[in-house]
Amino acid sequence: MTDHNNGETWFTCPIVSHDEGDRITLAYGEGGRLSRKLIRERLLSRFGNDHLRQLGDAALLPTKSGQIAFSTDAYTVTPLFFPGGDIGKLAVFGTVNDLAVSGAIPRWLSLSLVIEEGLVWSVLDRILDSVQAAATLANVSIVTGDTKVVPRGAVDQIFLTTSGIGEILLPAPVGPVGLQLDDVLIVSGPIGCHGAAVLCAREQLDFDPTPTSDCAPLTTPLVALHAAGLVPRAVRDATRGGVAAVLHEWADASHLTCVIDDASVPVGDEVRVICELLGLDPLNLANEGTFVLATPVGLVEQTLAVLGQHAVTARSAIIGRLHPRRIAPVTIVRAIGREVVLDEPSGSPLPRIC
Amino acid sequence: MKFVDEYRDPTLLRQQLTLLRQLATRRWVVMDVCGGQTHSLLRHGLEEALDDCLDLVHGPGCPVCVTPAEVIDDAVALAFRPNVVLTSFGDMLRVPGRSGSLLQARAAGANVRTVYSPADAVCMAEKEPNVQFVFFGVGFETTAPATALAVLQARQLGLTNFSVLAHHVRVEPAMRALLELPDNRIQGFLAAGHVCTVTGFAHYSQLVDEFQIPIVVTGFEPLDLLNGLIECVRLLEAGSPGLRNEYVRSARPEGNPHARRLMDSVYQVSTIPWRGFGLIREGGLTMRSNLAEFDARQQFELAASTLSNEGDCRSGDVMAGRIKPSECPLFGKACTPDSPVGAPMVSSEGTCAAYFRYAKPVEICHD
Amino acid sequence: MCLGIPGRVASWVERDPLMAAAEIDFGGVKKRCQMACVPDAREGDYVLVHAGIALTIIDVEAAERLVTTLNRLDEVPGEESSS
Repeated sequence: MTDHNNGETWFTCPIVSHDEGDRITLAYGEGGRLSRKLIRERLLSRFGNDHLRQLGDAALLPTKSGQIAFSTDAYTVTPLFFPGGDIGKLAVFGTVNDLAVSGAIPRWLSLSLVIEEGLVWSVLDRILDSVQAAATLANVSIVTGDTKVVPRGAVDQIFLTTSGIGEILLPAPVGPVGLQLDDVLIVSGPIGCHGAAVLCAREQLDFDPTPTSDCAPLTTPLVALHAAGLVPRAVRDATRGGVAAVLHEWADASHLTCVIDDASVPVGDEVRVICELLGLDPLNLANEGTFVLATPVGLVEQTLAVLGQHAVTARSAIIGRLHPRRIAPVTIVRAIGREVVLDEPSGSPLPRIC
Repeated sequence: MKFVDEYRDPTLLRQQLTLLRQLATRRWVVMDVCGGQTHSLLRHGLEEALDDCLDLVHGPGCPVCVTPAEVIDDAVALAFRPNVVLTSFGDMLRVPGRSGSLLQARAAGANVRTVYSPADAVCMAEKEPNVQFVFFGVGFETTAPATALAVLQARQLGLTNFSVLAHHVRVEPAMRALLELPDNRIQGFLAAGHVCTVTGFAHYSQLVDEFQIPIVVTGFEPLDLLNGLIECVRLLEAGSPGLRNEYVRSARPEGNPHARRLMDSVYQVSTIPWRGFGLIREGGLTMRSNLAEFDARQQFELAASTLSNEGDCRSGDVMAGRIKPSECPLFGKACTPDSPVGAPMVSSEGTCAAYFRYAKPVEICHD
Repeated sequence: MCLGIPGRVASWVERDPLMAAAEIDFGGVKKRCQMACVPDAREGDYVLVHAGIALTIIDVEAAERLVTTLNRLDEVPGEESSS
């Protein structure tokens, strides 16, 4: 059996069918001709740059400062597509944001795909298109990567892993160990959007309008803060576990207590209504384009002014401050004026009727 | 949100809180029998604000907590059956039976789906006719109309792949059972506002007369709770037990006749076991025999629900108001939300879990 | 008992007694809910929804009367609240 490929004639094994129509097959993960075909046709065509075209094991990258930030994350979200985003967009912005909140300008990403045999090509294409668009928006390059195809059932459709490198802008945020008494806690926008969006999409809860993920890159406003000499004490994007998880982490690292004010926490109308209906707390829901920031009280006004100039952080708000350690690491002041414990989230939030 | 925000107005809350503190001359023992009210009292800081003023105890108001472990085992077993999808409210997923929870079963490959409404399970059954759908129906009379409706809808649609594993409980018999306990110290009740929305509350006058105890139908927002407590304390202070409604916008003396008709056509009153309590006379609802094809117990030949000893868990004493969760020797040590010994620590509405989350002592400097 | 949230009946979708359903508007977010227990609800009425089913039509007058009375209590301390 011959195959006419680019004008050349190849003898190919009749057992391996390399044209499965609309679905990927295990053969594309074997590392041979079909793997190269996959990389050439679907990856290089989208992300092609000099580094990636080398197709080496690692990309050798020049830096200006001596310090780089390096981060990695795996993305396994279901459903793959949800209002406001998809697994591809998430994989780019998630790692970009990990670098940005560490005080770096994200530059280069690796992209690893583990694909379940039988995944429809058009789904893969849609995800890769999204990765491409996100990388462009975030001003990062995909410089290296890997693809594997695994038997049905070994993964749930597709898993993505991105590792990222960014150039540290000195001075970088000290981090939660450096938090001080009276430092002010700010969130960069309305919370809980991503968690609500994915939950509703996964459980097929039909709300109109449906909640939309806040998935977005956070680099620009953070770089702007640095440029204005307003380096925060600590910054963290509030992903799994939501704002509550970040506050608990910070309380733990600093041995102080985060006290927040219920009325000050910004929550969008849709997220609020859905949380009321399902018995969820927005503070426990994931965000993918929203950070928590701690800054000395003297820098608060200017910090909010800078954040206000960027669309992704335009609705930043003060939610609380750091207090001397109480028995509870995180507390919240309710409408009645009483301070109650805000517990650390564990396990994914489930809708309830009770 | 209309009819929500007004009942969380800080000015009104502080005003009513002041009034309540002025009215109470003794630390009256008042019980709520609704997980939602327990949750709200603790979450909004009302319990803590009133701690020196009233002794608020929380009864068996969490239907998730009173569902016997054996019934959860039945649900888990069904979920593992081939070609069966077990649909459930999210509340039940983490509660352990004797051999794990539905969430653990799902991780082990059982087919479990969360739904917000039993009607969603009926839709799923309609769309996937080759799969058997079972809905795990727990809850008080607030929820029973929804599961009853699901059964009737399934019948009207001619579905042969839908059934309900029901364990619905009735509040009023539990209140009676508590009042009949020899060591009962409950002096007043906040009646569950949403249960009363369905069942009405005129029949509570029997309890009031028999036990000479005030019962106040109460809602769920902080202002509703304060209003309910104010009225209850007024009656206690005056020494004149009575039945009052402080949830007028939702609860009427006769309840909702449509909802009751749905329930009556699907369920009959029966004596069933409550986890932590034992058998409560007429404390539950079981499916009528003419609807056997929609009764998962009949369809899958499950034995009638029973109760087993749960070792050191003192949920019964907690739910009867004998002890506060913090007085249980296991509380916060061997028994935490991450490693629960009994149901009230697992369910988000369980008294023990609510205490663990919200009532940890906080040193406060009031401004 | 439990999570019951008020919403406004935006539009009836189905009138069959058992399959009765309507789009309910909860502060700007709409969801389709079961209406078999409130067949007399009109568009514009507020209903209380629990587990996807409307359980009652909210007595708007009573609700507003309560809040107004409580607000006026501020002016006249010691006055009894309505029940």
